[in-house]
Formats: sequence, structure tokens, C-alpha cells
Amino acid sequence: MEHNKNFVLGVFGDEDVLLGAVSAVRGKGVKIHEVFSPFPVHGLDEALGYKRTRLPIAAFLFGLTGTSLALFTQIWMLGYDWPMIIGGKNHASLPPFIPVTFEFTVLLSAFGMVITFLIVSDMKPYKWPRQYDLRSTEDKHIMAIDLGSNKISKDEIRRILKDSGATEVNEKNF
Amino acid sequence: MQATSSLRETLVTGGKTVASVSEDISRQVEGAPTRLWWIAMAISNVVLLFGLYCMAYLLWNGVGVWGLNKTVGWAWDITNFVWWVGIGHAGTLISAILLLFRQKWRMSINRAAEAMTIFAVICAASFPLLHMGRLWLGFYWCLPLPNTWGSLWVNFNSPLLWDVFAISTYFSVSLVFWYMGLIPDFAVIRDRAVRMGANTRAHIYNALSFGWDGGARTWQRYESVALILAGLSTPLVLSVHTIVSMDFATSVVPGWHTTIFPPYFVAGAIFSGFAMVLTLLLVTRKVFKLEDYITVYHVELMNIVIIITGSIVGIAYITEFFIAWYGQVPAEQYAFFNRMQGPYWWAYWSMMTCNVISPQLFWVKKIRTSLVATFVLSIIVNVGMWFERFVIIVTSLHRDYLPSSWSMFYPTIFDIGEYLFSFGFFFTAFLLFAKFFPVINMAEVKSIVKSTSEKKH
Repeated sequence: MEHNKNFVLGVFGDEDVLLGAVSAVRGKGVKIHEVFSPFPVHGLDEALGYKRTRLPIAAFLFGLTGTSLALFTQIWMLGYDWPMIIGGKNHASLPPFIPVTFEFTVLLSAFGMVITFLIVSDMKPYKWPRQYDLRSTEDKHIMAIDLGSNKISKDEIRRILKDSGATEVNEKNF
Repeated sequence: MQATSSLRETLVTGGKTVASVSEDISRQVEGAPTRLWWIAMAISNVVLLFGLYCMAYLLWNGVGVWGLNKTVGWAWDITNFVWWVGIGHAGTLISAILLLFRQKWRMSINRAAEAMTIFAVICAASFPLLHMGRLWLGFYWCLPLPNTWGSLWVNFNSPLLWDVFAISTYFSVSLVFWYMGLIPDFAVIRDRAVRMGANTRAHIYNALSFGWDGGARTWQRYESVALILAGLSTPLVLSVHTIVSMDFATSVVPGWHTTIFPPYFVAGAIFSGFAMVLTLLLVTRKVFKLEDYITVYHVELMNIVIIITGSIVGIAYITEFFIAWYGQVPAEQYAFFNRMQGPYWWAYWSMMTCNVISPQLFWVKKIRTSLVATFVLSIIVNVGMWFERFVIIVTSLHRDYLPSSWSMFYPTIFDIGEYLFSFGFFFTAFLLFAKFFPVINMAEVKSIVKSTSEKKH
């Protein structure tokens, strides 16, 4: 269990105001815990200074595993374990193995990446996320600022949020 | 803060805001089902039950209860299989290929189209499985599992085996793609349920949403996953019907043995898939009052895809015919002559009328923007596409090289029953989806509301 935390929440109704606010708030030296949005806001990850996700690398590695596994299985089964002459071709001729190899690559890549995504994002069916503001899945963008990790006073943070265009500023303890 | 472009049509009408998107789409999940829904469900269930009876009878007695004979070994079963797989191509095409092309009009139709894809692929898969007869042994016939004959492995050189991998991969990847899209929308319903105090619903939809939090970091990863899934699904969609067409193209049966099959089948699949999406969406938008999200402009764009793919299919028919004549192979020439003038002439000419002539009507703007005309033509297109597969399969088989084994195919009640089963299952599943899942991708539509919605004065 995590310790009790106090959050100041800035509520934003418009994604362009939010993007400006993120830069303004960070410019003032305030550390933002996370921003919760009802839909993906383009440029928000860069404004928050997040690094690019490495999920594509995971997808590639899973895909590579699929390719090699499928090729190995087919060549070993039809070429070595029980060689069969089909249509007068070589035992282990590559072209007919391509469709299954392709499908298996896609299968492993897609499943591997999605499962990795669920694990790194700590998503599971029985887990309830911390709900800062229920409107964050509806129509509001919620900027959560953790007071514990900021040296600036609460009132100062509230003022900065108001100045940068937050329609409401709330507080929540967990 | 809303703006309207004078260059592009608006994608969401009625002056919607981000909040009204949640309200409009979640309402039907939260409310009790309508009477119309119950009536539709009852009809689908009756059809499904009759289909299940036919299926049980077939499994008990064997494939002999179908009208197949020694000459025509594939008929309605494989026709239905190819037909349903074709229909199942629209969903992933809309969500994957149109995502890569940044076509924003996909956003209000992709959810329902993907659901349709998944149910259509299940329907499709049921036919080859039933055709096996003893389908409980199917694992050994389809998958490279160790067995007591050696192990004697499955034949990886056979397009039928490629099909097993293509269809099952397509099904599972489409399912994952669809489900990934649903996750943020399940969270919307969960949070609404928490506010309404509906505890059970909140817990169910939280479990379905995997505890989605909507944080910027999660969205960043989520977008990356969606893009890569789209990139993976794009060649996958094209590979599936290509491989289905190879079931025929790699054989030596006149009428099947043609290299044009892969692109011709893929175009036909998109053609029939879009037609089925239109049939379903025109009903869905009416029943759930989604006229502001699925606009006439969306319908028109889908009709344009139908003109393009329908024309490709038409050219493929003519090319096939020309090559048969030009190639000077008597068996091949006879196969095509027999299609047009033989005992199945009515199937051939139904196919030509429905698939080649009817989509050309969409060149007229009045017709492609008319909802009634679109609905009627979308059904005609799918009737035509069923006949296309029937023509390819049955007329090529029924008169082969040996005139003494020429034969005709007559469907039995069990052929019809199994086809009805697929309809019963398809509509039951679609109705359940439309009631319990958000039928429009809320998160995606919300992201475009500001830029493409009408300004409200």
C-alpha cells in the first residue's frame, strides 16, 4: 500500500488550454503527478516531458520470436522429423512456409505487445484505479499535482493552476 | 471553442460537445432494452435454435445429411465460409487501414464494424469445422500436435492449413484490436455507474476496462499499441482472403486454377464487408438514434468504397472470362461457358447483376446519399457475393474432366439449417453487443468533436 497522499487537482475543459497550462505549470517549477483525459490529447506526452514508449521494441521482439519459432517448427517437422515429398518439391522448401510464418509473426507480435502493455500499465480486471475525479473519463482533463513531491506551497500551486486556465481547482486525499 | 472547416464535411452533426458524446452513447448501455430489441432478439434466437438443432443432427449423423455428393464435395458449406470471411474483412480494414491513412470518418463506424468482423469470422469458421464431421478431432487435423502416428505432422504445404492459421490469427488479432478500443469506453460507463450509484454495473465495467485510469502515460502507450496493431492488421487483412483464395487457386480444377484469385477475392471481400456494415449500421443508427454520429456523409463515403471494390470485382470477372477464351485450354473454356449457359446459368447471371451492375448505381449522387437505396443495394450486393462464391465453387466442381461423373447439387434442409445457424448466431451476437457495449468509439469521437463538429449558435 502506498502512503497517504494529498493532491491538488486542476480541472480543464479544453485540450488546448490544458496543453498551454501544462507548460506554464511546469515552467513555474511545479512537478505534475499525471494528467487524466477522456481522450488522447496529442502533444500532451511531450509537454509533460515523457519519453517515447518502448512498446514498439517489445512488439518487434515478439514478432521476431514468432518468425523464428514458426520457421524452425515447419522446417524441422517437414524437413527432418518426418520428411514428406509433396508435389515433388524439396522436403523443406521455404515458399509454402511463408504464410504460416507471417501469420504466426503477427499473432505473437500483437499478443505479446498487448500483454506487455497491460503489465507495464499495471492493468488487470480486478484492479480499481485511483479515481481523482470521475469526470476525467467524461469531458474534463484533470491535472493531478502531488503535494508531497513539491516544495511549493499548496496555495501557490492553486494560484498557478487558476492563472493557467483551470476552470476549477480541487483537492483530494488518498 | 468550436470551429467548422469550409473544406471538409462535418463528421459529427447536431452541435455535440464532449459531454454529450458520453451521454448519447452510454444511454443505451444503461437503459433497459427496447421492445424492438426484444423482438429482434426473439427472432434471432428462434433461428439460432433451429440452426443448433440442424448442427446437432449433422454431428450425430455425419456430413452425409448435407446434399454433397462424390462430384460436388464442397457446396453451401464452403460458399458460406468464404462469404462470411469476406464480410469479416470490413471491420479491420476500416479500423486499421483507415487509421494508417488518417481517415477520421472511420471513428464513428469502426466499433460496430469490428464487432461485425468478429462475429462474421466465428460464423465463417463454423463451416469448415462442421465439414470435418468429427470436429472434436479437428485439433489433430489442423494443428501440429504430437500424435501416436510418428508424430505425423500436418502438411504445411497445404493452403487449407494456411487457412487455419490465417483465420485463427485474424480472429484473435481482430478481437484484441476491438477490445483495446473498448477499454477506455468501458471506463466511461464505469465512472457514470459510480456516479449513479449502480454498484454492480460499476464493478462489471471496471473489470471489463482492466482498471483503466486515462492517465497521459497510459494514453501514450495505448496510442502506440493501437498504431502498431493497425500496422500489423493491415497486411493481415489482405493476407486472409488471399490465403482463402489459394484454397482454390492452387488446385487444378478448371475455373479455380487462376492467378487472379488473390486480389480478386480481397476486393470482393471488402465489397461485401462494406455492404454488410451498411446494412447493420443503417438499422443501428435508426434504432439507437445515432443520426448525428453516423451521418449521410459517412454512408456516402462507404458507398464510394463499394463502387471502387465493386468495379474491381467486375473487371476481375471479365478478365477471368477473357483469359479463359484467350488461353485456349478447352477445359478452362468449357468451365466458363458452362457457368454462363449451363444448368447454373441463373446463379451466374444473378451474380453478374447484383455485383457488377447494381454498385454502378452509386455513381449517381442521389442514390448514394439515399438511405433507403443504400440499404436495399447493400443487401443486393451481399446476395450477389453469395452467388459469386456459389458459382465459383459449385459450377466449377459439378462438371469436371469426366462427363460420366457430372452431377448437380441440391441443398437439403440441413444445408439451409446450418446457413440459418450462422445468421441466428450473427444477429444474436450483434444484438448483445449493441445492447451491452458502446456501439460508437467514444474516446475517438471525443477527440474530433472540437475540430469537426458543427458550431452551435
